[in-house]
Amino acid sequence: MLKQSDIKKIAWLARLEIAEEDTPGFSRDLSNILNLVEQMDHVDTSSVTPMAHPLELSARLRPDKVTETNQREQLQSHAPAVERGHYLVPKVIE
Amino acid sequence: MDWEVVIGLEIHAQLATRSKIFSGAATTYGAEANTQACAVDLGLPGVLPVLNEEVVRMAIMFGLAINAEIPPRSVFARKNYFYPDLPKGYQISQYELPIVSHGQIDITLEDGTTKTIGVTRAHLEEDAGKSVHEGFGNLTGIDLNRAGTPLIEIVSEPDLRSAKEAGAYMKKIHAIVTYLGICDGNMQEGSFRCDANVSIRPQGDSELGTRTELKNLNSFRFVEAAIRHEIERQTDELESGGKVVQETRLYDPVKDETRSMRSKEEANDYRYFPDPDLLPIEISPDFINEIKTSLPELPDARQKRIMKEYKLSEYDSSVITSSRDMADFYESTAKAACSVASLDVKSSKLTANWIMGEFSAALNRNSLDIKDSPVNDEMLGELIKRIDDNTISNKIAKEVFDAMWNGEGTADEIIEKKGLKQVTDSGAIEKLVDGVIADSTPQVEQYRNSPVEKQGKLIGYFVGQVMKKSRGKANPKQVNELLRKKLAKD
Repeated sequence: MLKQSDIKKIAWLARLEIAEEDTPGFSRDLSNILNLVEQMDHVDTSSVTPMAHPLELSARLRPDKVTETNQREQLQSHAPAVERGHYLVPKVIE
Repeated sequence: MDWEVVIGLEIHAQLATRSKIFSGAATTYGAEANTQACAVDLGLPGVLPVLNEEVVRMAIMFGLAINAEIPPRSVFARKNYFYPDLPKGYQISQYELPIVSHGQIDITLEDGTTKTIGVTRAHLEEDAGKSVHEGFGNLTGIDLNRAGTPLIEIVSEPDLRSAKEAGAYMKKIHAIVTYLGICDGNMQEGSFRCDANVSIRPQGDSELGTRTELKNLNSFRFVEAAIRHEIERQTDELESGGKVVQETRLYDPVKDETRSMRSKEEANDYRYFPDPDLLPIEISPDFINEIKTSLPELPDARQKRIMKEYKLSEYDSSVITSSRDMADFYESTAKAACSVASLDVKSSKLTANWIMGEFSAALNRNSLDIKDSPVNDEMLGELIKRIDDNTISNKIAKEVFDAMWNGEGTADEIIEKKGLKQVTDSGAIEKLVDGVIADSTPQVEQYRNSPVEKQGKLIGYFVGQVMKKSRGKANPKQVNELLRKKLAKD
């Protein structure tokens, strides 16, 4: 069973705000999911290559060409705050 | 107690592609903010990354250059963390299956011996954007032009034992990536940067001490200075009974010290997992072989060839080949300097001396790169040719060089215009010598009454006088010979 502190840490890492009273519920649900997956531990997978992708294909590569033009104006029209071409965010250093 | 220093370096080299690693936006440095950041770089919903072929090719070139393994399969992973200049909330990097692993390079230590340093791995990743903390009031400005720029992160084994070794290793990697042409190596612009993991342990211990990570060391000098300080700090800490705390520290070149950046510590939990948006890279032996045959000459091979072909010393040839630009400049200058079809030893050596001396000094004084030098290879070659064929002395050549540097024309033009041509006409020199001897009766007396071993020193006076009279243009060798002859007889 995941501890309440584990839940708080996971929520913090994902920047999710969860209410104190919801943590026991999350703890139970997440633990159940982990238990479900844990059944896999009983299967011998020593001869199986770990899967990196469900599709059995390899990466398609593109030539090194500049295909995107400057669309700053259009892209920045979605942004809540912009100044002199920069996206503005709350100050990240003290 | 005797402490052993253990250092590992992580070097980020920006790959010199036209477009980004996963998008078709341009990578040109210095563009106006956010004009080279497309929907993929911004991580807008619904976009998909597509890998740049050139990035894979460049990583393989690097792997081959350091004799590394290039596994047939390599996977991209997401490294998850939150920072405003990382729009997706994760960086696409590589974790379990990097594109290059288990390489090694040789570095030359101060005493001339060679040491092999292991390269654990080199993986591909995308760069983040840039945060601008000044000029936006109480807010931070974000420029995402750099987001998605391809990087290769080169991780060394903890094989380095001193700040000097770390510096030598970093220089070697720098030389390799610039010789390969996969990175422009520009440290001011951040194309080549370095983090260092530093720890110390009692001499003889096999277990590693607690390490600290020094961030963003963006010059060869800073790397060595920062590591030296950190070793001192850790030694003081342990010897006074304290403990080294595992943390990230920032080097401050102004105060010349490292200081803790604790605020970044708490969330070092990146929860890597394979990126479902990107399929594994598969690399065929044919592709590797094709790249192998097109590899350019590497620093070590070039140093050995230049040493042999131009008959330079080990030291001179290693200075000349320390960067590809300098080696290229040397070879083209030496060819231009040579008046005969084959290279001649004298002008090759003279070229090396000029490039390592006067020319490098002028670049340093003006903080210029070789490619921005006002004196190009052909101009310098012509100047050296004129020293070599005795048109001018080495001393006058310095005057000509300064004039060329100031844009006054080519060597021949300046020599002509300023009348600097060396006097080799023995009649003219004889006249000068006779004049000086006639005017210096007491010195002549002294010379003739001195024992032979003292005369060598005294002759300097006469040579100086003759050179002065000729305004530096007389051939010093001829002057010397003639003076000895004339002073010997009555």
